[in-house]
Amino acid sequence: MIRLVGILIGLGFTFVVLLAFVTGAYTWATEDVAETPEHAFHEAAHSPDGGFAFDGPFGTWNVSQLQRGYQVYKEVCAACHSLNYVAFRNLAQLGYSEEQVKAEAATWQVPGINPDTGETTMRAAEPTDYFPSPFANDVAAAAANGGKIPPDLSLITKARHDGSNYVYSLISGYEPVPAELTEEFPEFEVPVGGYYNPYFESLVIGMAPPISVDGQVTYADGTEATIQQMSADVAAFLTWTAEPTLIKRKQTGWPVLGFLLFATILAWFAKKQIWSDAKPKRRKD
Amino acid sequence: MASTTGNAEATPQVSDGVESEDGVRRRDFINIAAVSAAGVGGLVTLIPLISQMAPSADVLAESTTELDLSSLEVGQSIKAVFRKQPVFVRRLTQAEIEEAQAVPIGSLRDPQTLDERTQPGHLDVLVVMGVCTHLGCVPLGAAAGENKGEFGGYFCPCHGSHYDTAARIRKGPAPSNLVVPEYEFTSDTTIVIG
Amino acid sequence: MSFPWAKEYTPQNGLMKFLDEKLPLPRLVYNAVGAGYPVPRNLSYFWNFGVLAGFFLVLQIVTGVVLAMHYAANTQVAFASVEHIMRDINWGWLMRYAHANGASFFFVVIYIHIFRGLFYASYKPPREMIWLIGVVIFLLMMATAFMGYVLPWGQMSFWGAQVITGLFSAIPLVGEPLQVWILGGFAPDNAALNRFFSLHFLLPFVIAGCVILHIWALHIPGSSNPSGVEVKSESDTLPFHPYYTAKDGFGLGVALLVFMTFVFFLPNQLGHPDNYIEANPLSTPAHIVPEWYFYPFYAILRAFTYDFILPAKLWGVLAMFSAILVWFFLPWLDKGPVRSGHYRPLFRKFFWFGLIPVMAVLFFCGGAPAEEPYVMISQIATAYYFLHFLVILPIISSIERPDPLPFSITEAVLGSDKKAVLGENAEPVAT
Repeated sequence: MIRLVGILIGLGFTFVVLLAFVTGAYTWATEDVAETPEHAFHEAAHSPDGGFAFDGPFGTWNVSQLQRGYQVYKEVCAACHSLNYVAFRNLAQLGYSEEQVKAEAATWQVPGINPDTGETTMRAAEPTDYFPSPFANDVAAAAANGGKIPPDLSLITKARHDGSNYVYSLISGYEPVPAELTEEFPEFEVPVGGYYNPYFESLVIGMAPPISVDGQVTYADGTEATIQQMSADVAAFLTWTAEPTLIKRKQTGWPVLGFLLFATILAWFAKKQIWSDAKPKRRKD
Repeated sequence: MASTTGNAEATPQVSDGVESEDGVRRRDFINIAAVSAAGVGGLVTLIPLISQMAPSADVLAESTTELDLSSLEVGQSIKAVFRKQPVFVRRLTQAEIEEAQAVPIGSLRDPQTLDERTQPGHLDVLVVMGVCTHLGCVPLGAAAGENKGEFGGYFCPCHGSHYDTAARIRKGPAPSNLVVPEYEFTSDTTIVIG
Repeated sequence: MSFPWAKEYTPQNGLMKFLDEKLPLPRLVYNAVGAGYPVPRNLSYFWNFGVLAGFFLVLQIVTGVVLAMHYAANTQVAFASVEHIMRDINWGWLMRYAHANGASFFFVVIYIHIFRGLFYASYKPPREMIWLIGVVIFLLMMATAFMGYVLPWGQMSFWGAQVITGLFSAIPLVGEPLQVWILGGFAPDNAALNRFFSLHFLLPFVIAGCVILHIWALHIPGSSNPSGVEVKSESDTLPFHPYYTAKDGFGLGVALLVFMTFVFFLPNQLGHPDNYIEANPLSTPAHIVPEWYFYPFYAILRAFTYDFILPAKLWGVLAMFSAILVWFFLPWLDKGPVRSGHYRPLFRKFFWFGLIPVMAVLFFCGGAPAEEPYVMISQIATAYYFLHFLVILPIISSIERPDPLPFSITEAVLGSDKKAVLGENAEPVAT
């Protein structure tokens, strides 16, 4: 009885899903799905590799690159993008001394309260403060940026596929609309306030090229500030902000795996030894 | 192990393993090693499980308090927060200093001189935790107009402990003086507590 | 214990004797996973996965309790509290990555455990109850995993909660009130987040209780084995300890090596980048997918796109739930006398060339975007899925001519004795 009911139910589901298949296949075969410029040109643009020191299982932070990236963030990105989950005290990880962190924090203004009047005011940041948002709230952020809120950058490299290389490619990847695209999709047009960027999902990004000329930032360590260099540096910095524990994680991983391998090999020999006397006795005929 | 151990227990001398002097067969060694490795692994796993409950990085970062005393007038006190607890800083008047020094040490419940309770060269700056040593209430006396108690220092309203101008316990149930936290002068007018 | 040759527990000293009289816990452990539990001697490494599942359950509970000490279930701060765990809590990143990847590995292990049961037909009498409790555990795991994924309050958390609770709205009449009741509101918000946290904390302990029932039920008939022949004599079995504790210990080492590789070197590989964006009720991510372990059922859900009498959405929901519910009926759908797939030529073909590739396809399609040709592929795979369990299995189990079985487990192990016992018709065992 159960089997009969089961067969009927099974055939029922099969029938309905095959109906869906037939109608779907018919639609698919008869209707042309128009190729979109996003599909043709975004998918083709694989982010080039930023060549980062932290990549790979043996990666390490390139501290001077992180410091340069911080400088780029501070002088360029911070005008629009917040860094909500990062505190100034975290900068100590970039190789700054306690005094330097304190001095660096003091160059930022964060919202405070006047202790005498209770009025909101701005004060110099302390190491325990978090990076301030450039806008008072989301509405202000959207209003100042053509309706789009500039995303918080703390986690940006984890919030995008292949994030470090994505940030690097996106920032250094602005270009004029390629001739092939206009040829293939004559109706494609970059709207006012938009910029063509093949690494952005919809090809048109609302952010003006943040790094547009070589030497936009003057590096303290004398590194030549090319567009590629600045993009890579800030991508490295944002990888650090997204996961300050990245390198500690990898460095902890090796001893753990090494110990586990050793213990597993021991367990293998123990298992072999214990099973060595487990041969069954032959049946007595 | 199962069947052979049974034999080994009954007649150890005919066990098929090689017997060493302390009775541990060599073939057992690998089992002991494997179980020990598992034990070590288990113990090491406890490290993160235990240390996750210790204060986190953001809590530790707030474990010091820096105070600017340049606007602290003689005779005034300020209340600050150190490790989520109140801390009182008072700039003692000359009269208060003398009063504190005049008390015979032997008569105190918790004998300490004012010099021991302040930093050298800063006899007039008294930094104490605003936590009564009796049961942890916050004593009065730091803010203007508050009851300073019978000895002109601090007064805990919960159970009536009176502290003198050096914040030493003089009367009431508290067992010891208000605690002086660890701090240092980083400049003439700045202290860092913690 | 059902086998008369099972070893009897004897307390070694006074304390153990006292304990054995007052609270015979050591005896229980001895009989459950110690030397007092005789187990077929021919278990393959596929039989390691039950113990591994138990390990991952414990791991999830331990890391979960730790995370709950630092997590805050409030939409204002939930996302930030997870970042606080990742950045500031000592070893917090390790706890969270272990928990997130632990969920994935729990499912990897459970899927292997389930498909081992399907191939060796472990659900057949006398082990129906073990199988039924197992399916209940799987359903509880899915509910727990779903609610756990909501807690970080990222974009995928939010939209996953929206979409999955939206499934209930497909139910006629009561659907929409039911969805509102489940969420405690009209969209996922504080009420939903708090109850999901509460239940996410509770359900693992319910699972642990079910696991105890699962193991209890297992100890009534004893473990199944790759030959599918029941235990006949003492020579067919070995005591669980030390033989299978040693084997499970080695298996655990291998599993941990793979697991730790993910935790330390690929911790976000199995997750989705969108969940590192805080939940935004006003903006849906371009491509919503559940966690990978739900892909096959998500593919089945999306395969129904045609309104036939009932709306397509309702068909999808019915089919998705039925896809798991059919497992409850397996002991009665598959009536053949032989258990092990090794001795069932027809069953074996449908298993390896039908069910396994179809599951692989469903896994793939569930994660693919909802566009052609993936939908059509998943429709064919879904059709086969239901045909396999509800039509093919009942039919082949009555028409199939199984290969000759070995006389006993001992002979299945020795192999060479088999011909002598069974005569010339016997064929080599495909083990």
